[in-house]
Amino acid sequence: MPDAPGLELIRQQINERNADAVLDTTFEHDQPALIADPGQVLAVLRWLRDEPGQQYRFLSSLHAADYLPAEPRFAVHYELLNMPRVERVRVKALLGDPAAGENGAAAAALPEIDSCVELFPTAEFQEREAYDFFGIVFRGHPDLRRILMPEDYVGWPQRRDFPIGGEPVLFTKDEPDSPGWYE
Amino acid sequence: MSTPETTVERERLAPEQELLTINMGPHHPATHGVLRLVVELEGEVVRDLRPVMGYVHTGIEKNCEDKSYWKVIPFVERMDYLAYFFNMEAFCGAVERLLELEIPPRATYLRVIHMELNRIHSHLVGLGTTALDLGAVSMFWYCFRERDRILDLFEMSSGQRMHTRYFQVGGVIEDIPRGFEAKLRSFLGEMPVRIDQYEALLDRNEIFLRRTRNVGVVPRQRLLDLGVTGPLLRAAGEPWDLRKAGGSSAYSDFDFAIPVGTVGDGYDRYRVRIAEMRESVKIAAQALDGLPEGPHIADDRKVVLPPRSELSTSMEALIHHFKLVTEGFRVPPGEVYYSIEGPKGELGCFVLADGSAKPARVHFRDPSFVNLQAFRDMCVGGYVADLIQNLGMLDPNLGGIDR
Repeated sequence: MPDAPGLELIRQQINERNADAVLDTTFEHDQPALIADPGQVLAVLRWLRDEPGQQYRFLSSLHAADYLPAEPRFAVHYELLNMPRVERVRVKALLGDPAAGENGAAAAALPEIDSCVELFPTAEFQEREAYDFFGIVFRGHPDLRRILMPEDYVGWPQRRDFPIGGEPVLFTKDEPDSPGWYE
Repeated sequence: MSTPETTVERERLAPEQELLTINMGPHHPATHGVLRLVVELEGEVVRDLRPVMGYVHTGIEKNCEDKSYWKVIPFVERMDYLAYFFNMEAFCGAVERLLELEIPPRATYLRVIHMELNRIHSHLVGLGTTALDLGAVSMFWYCFRERDRILDLFEMSSGQRMHTRYFQVGGVIEDIPRGFEAKLRSFLGEMPVRIDQYEALLDRNEIFLRRTRNVGVVPRQRLLDLGVTGPLLRAAGEPWDLRKAGGSSAYSDFDFAIPVGTVGDGYDRYRVRIAEMRESVKIAAQALDGLPEGPHIADDRKVVLPPRSELSTSMEALIHHFKLVTEGFRVPPGEVYYSIEGPKGELGCFVLADGSAKPARVHFRDPSFVNLQAFRDMCVGGYVADLIQNLGMLDPNLGGIDR
């Protein structure tokens, strides 16, 4: 693992090439993380993948999280792995909610980020999953559809402001009270 | 904004090549779960394939956000229902890292014993059902016979055959009972003989060999690009195993090998799983021999339930018990990604804590979900019959894929 100073070094090296691509670094629970500018996340990932001496060539996991009520509220996490050195580093891209405080058609706007399928083909299903549950649009994804929820489903169920809900359970004793329940 | 709801047109063949689109599943016995495959056939040859999943999606990750940490454990067990000990270990390990809680050595050893038994169990189910698809019906019964003995052991240590809720944050819920050791030793002594019998049934079986050899080969680099881990990757010759590389649990104490294949065909995948079962038997035996004395769960009263005997004598123990059962323990804000080597590959758990007694997000990186992406590469250009073999050797678990 790169330690905290090593992480700062990586940040500096990336920012020399792409100005302000890495906004911040964190080092919690022995897990290093780079906070990347969502517009330049592909440059950061490509540098970490291809730069000699880095070679984080394996994307273990891509997932999204909702940090509501923090702002920006969404984040896409990329868990990168260097297999020969057994080192992991996380890249986090924070995304604001374009629909916050909007009305009408603008309230349906979705956060967008570039797809990394070109760099890491493994991200295809995982980006679809992040889109399915958080409504994060991955620009340039070859086949961005819902993956686990039904195709005609409306809403982004794993956002924090999406209610857990539930369906009322119908017991046999209550059937007379709701005629036509079977329709 | 782009219009992501529309399906992107895939490459089409010239109109003179007639393709037949068929739908395998979701309720096909050979899909080992509720998996739907949209297959484009040219005669008997698969030209394109798209997996469609989500039929058993139950929103476990969302529901976990509404449960206190200790109530999440039985929930995540039900994701990959053949690898429940691994799901528990991934989640408990992530929470322990958030709490920076050390677990006692006896607990890590007990966890290793149960996880390795679970690995054998998962491989047995995979092997038995795959052999069944290939016509070796008796293999199914032999594999499930040994699986039942493993379930008996789980029942003995935890009271449940599946979904045991045996691992807790901080250790395991109870020490192993009297008689467990003898029963486990007799199983571990017998299992290598049983594995010899499986090999005798399959290794020189002409039908099995012809069905599996040089079928479903995907180059090693392509597997790595697709994020495939576990026996599938090792069968292609990449010696990647988080038990050696992760350094997370007690695995560095044990002497075991990582079996790898050479070609990466169906036969190699079968061989790697067989060899892994032997290694798991060795690990479990070593863990049992070296089982340290001491507590089976950490002694942090803010997280771990107090012993039952103290409840009637100690006021503090009663208060702790009440607080833990009603509200649960709080976890300081932070996020952790913790990954272990499950029977099907890298099983990662991401937990985001917001300081309350409930997780703000629980995400599982399920190996079956990621490995399924390699299925198209395995099948395109092969026969329909090989598709069944490939799916069996891929060994996906739809509970884990759909979560």
